[in-house]
Amino acid sequence: MRFALPLAVFIALGALFAFSLTRDPTLIPSPLLDQPLPSFSLPDLADPEVNVTEAALAGNPALLNIWGSWCAQCGTEHAFLMELARNGVPIVGLNWNDEQDSARAWLERLGDPYVVTAVDVEGRVAIDLGVYGAPETFLVDGGGTIIYKYIGPLTPQVWRDEFMPRLAQLDSGGAGD
Amino acid sequence: MISALLRTGLVALCVLLSTSAVAIDTARAFEDDAMQARYQRLIAEVRCLTCQNQSIKDSNAPLARDLRAVVREQMEAGATDAEIYAFLQARYGDFALYKPPFSARTALLWLSPVVLLALGGFAIVRVVRRRASMDIGVDGA
Repeated sequence: MRFALPLAVFIALGALFAFSLTRDPTLIPSPLLDQPLPSFSLPDLADPEVNVTEAALAGNPALLNIWGSWCAQCGTEHAFLMELARNGVPIVGLNWNDEQDSARAWLERLGDPYVVTAVDVEGRVAIDLGVYGAPETFLVDGGGTIIYKYIGPLTPQVWRDEFMPRLAQLDSGGAGD
Repeated sequence: MISALLRTGLVALCVLLSTSAVAIDTARAFEDDAMQARYQRLIAEVRCLTCQNQSIKDSNAPLARDLRAVVREQMEAGATDAEIYAFLQARYGDFALYKPPFSARTALLWLSPVVLLALGGFAIVRVVRRRASMDIGVDGA
């Protein structure tokens, strides 16, 4: 009886810590979900004379992928991005805090999965998007609403578990309209 | 010989004593002292989201640098503290602020010190009362 209270506290704390171990503290929920994609106007990596805006994502559901040639994890997901692009998934790139020359060299070396890549040298658009690391990938519906944000490198499993169900939902929602 | 040894020792001591004083954002952001003080206070209360557990004042991460620039610009444009915090909160959520606003999600964070203090006080009162009653029992025997 004497130890009932300390034991209860011990068990409660143990449960709390065990639960916390399953959570990744580096994943910060985005307040931008279900919000319209912030508007932007940035130079095109391929041709700095041309401006890329949020309209590049309009029409169909598309991905907005934040990357940089400095980002090791972006190299991890690159092959999978190429595969998605081959399968017709439109991906818009946002090249973040990068040297444009190394960004172009990166795409030449590894292939270019992007419909278009916007260059965010000052990182302002990334801040508007609440980006805090790379890679990050937003799923945006045809109307320009942010449906989902994934932090970390995309993998086939993440695609299957997180993106495909949401895309299917968008599809059925679109058919209902 | 001894002086050489002493010199080596002194140099070693200096090296050991020099803490890693990393200069971050050393340039003054504002001429005005009050504005500079306000700027320092603001950036000390914004979390560097890439590095976590560091404020954007203490971090040299590119994102921290960019966020400091945003704070500076908004201050120049005449934004209030609340407006600057709201800007960051809209993009990064409560987590970006070291003093998040009170809400259902942050209630535990804000109230847990009070609750723990109350529990501790309650425990102390109980223990003291029990001991007091035990003493009486001993005296009476």
